[in-house]
Amino acid sequence: MKIAVIDSGGANIASVRHALTRLGHDGEVTADAATIQSADRVLLPGVGAAADAMARLEAAGLVPVIRSLEQPVLGICLGMQLLFEGSEEDGGIECLGILPGSARRFAAAPGRPVPHMGWNRVRVAAQSGPGGLALFDGIPDASHFYFVHSFAVPVGPGTLGACQYGVPFTAVAGQDNFAGTQFHPERSGSWGARLLRNFLEAAAWN
Amino acid sequence: MNFRDHRVMGDILDLARRYRDEGADELVFYDITASPQGRSVDRDWVARVGAVLDIPFSVAGGIRSVTDAEAVLAAGAEKISVNTPALENPDLIDALARRFGSQCVVIGIDSYPTDAGWQVASHTGDPDATRYGRRATLDWVREVQLRGAGEIVLNCMNADGVRSGYDVEQLVAVRGICDVPLIASGGAGEMTHFLEVFRRADVDGALAATVFHSGQIPIPELKAWLSGEGIEVRYESAG
Repeated sequence: MKIAVIDSGGANIASVRHALTRLGHDGEVTADAATIQSADRVLLPGVGAAADAMARLEAAGLVPVIRSLEQPVLGICLGMQLLFEGSEEDGGIECLGILPGSARRFAAAPGRPVPHMGWNRVRVAAQSGPGGLALFDGIPDASHFYFVHSFAVPVGPGTLGACQYGVPFTAVAGQDNFAGTQFHPERSGSWGARLLRNFLEAAAWN
Repeated sequence: MNFRDHRVMGDILDLARRYRDEGADELVFYDITASPQGRSVDRDWVARVGAVLDIPFSVAGGIRSVTDAEAVLAAGAEKISVNTPALENPDLIDALARRFGSQCVVIGIDSYPTDAGWQVASHTGDPDATRYGRRATLDWVREVQLRGAGEIVLNCMNADGVRSGYDVEQLVAVRGICDVPLIASGGAGEMTHFLEVFRRADVDGALAATVFHSGQIPIPELKAWLSGEGIEVRYESAG
């Protein structure tokens, strides 16, 4: 299986590759359109600023490439947010626009520091989107996953699973062949590993 | 001083695996002699730890530049923790936050009480190199947040190694001005100390070394007990 890990400049690319290796797979970190288009699975990791990541994707000519992918695509953390229409980061930037909705900044409040960092329960609203994959196959509802983020996408039509941090927000999103997790499956223990395995190996995509 | 008795631990990878299996939520690796010896953390073991661990981990020790941090993060660490170099060059915090985002940037603070309030020490990895009175702790906590710190680990030096409980009073004071995640460090000796610091100081995490290394407090037992006391903890097996 060919797995492309899109080089979005994020700091978690090494973690994602390590996780793939633990699952017996090899991920190729790439910004090459042909490599991405010919992969069986595409991962879009990301940590840091949405503006930087989008600038990097645009410079590599990858925006239309990603939008037109037909194989399973999984965005992680910032990578999930990039699948949406935009982010209010830096006064507002346009993202890939594959899923409806936008990322907004968390407001810090007593008992709710920002960035939101830690293990939180994810409630799965739907096992998959229309035509999508059961990412949570075999994972108990309300399991803990590891989050690190300052921006979040409010619950909307693209939401497949939600988490609560003062307010509910999108923890899992998806539509057709695109899916994303706000949390880091590559750092979420055995349930995170299971989710990645589901993404890589489940037959439901085909 | 209590803080001066550093332990030399066994194989890092074995420990990493053990803590992962015991259900630790996050690991911090301190290369505590890096700053006193004027060197950066050794990346080779970071990569080996990153390959094994499926939980988040941060690395601390002599990260003095964006380039140092880049190497550690590229080796698979989730976050970098900066202590002495941030005191020496506070602009480093801004630069790290700009490049990697605040969520990657942990500031470690070694703090101790004085008649003039809590004060910050640096170079604490080597008793002979340690320098005291670098900043007023509360001022430094405010400053690092403005500069972009995404998390603060407050190590209360007076409590560290004594195992008589976290310095709740100091942690409460810092919590009051800390809008980013705050991790308590120094003083854990019994399970009740964890409950106390979560309940009274409202910290986001509690760090301990000795009681976990020695096996005196087994992590699964601690988590089960805290859960029974009403503290939300993570269980892999929970539905």
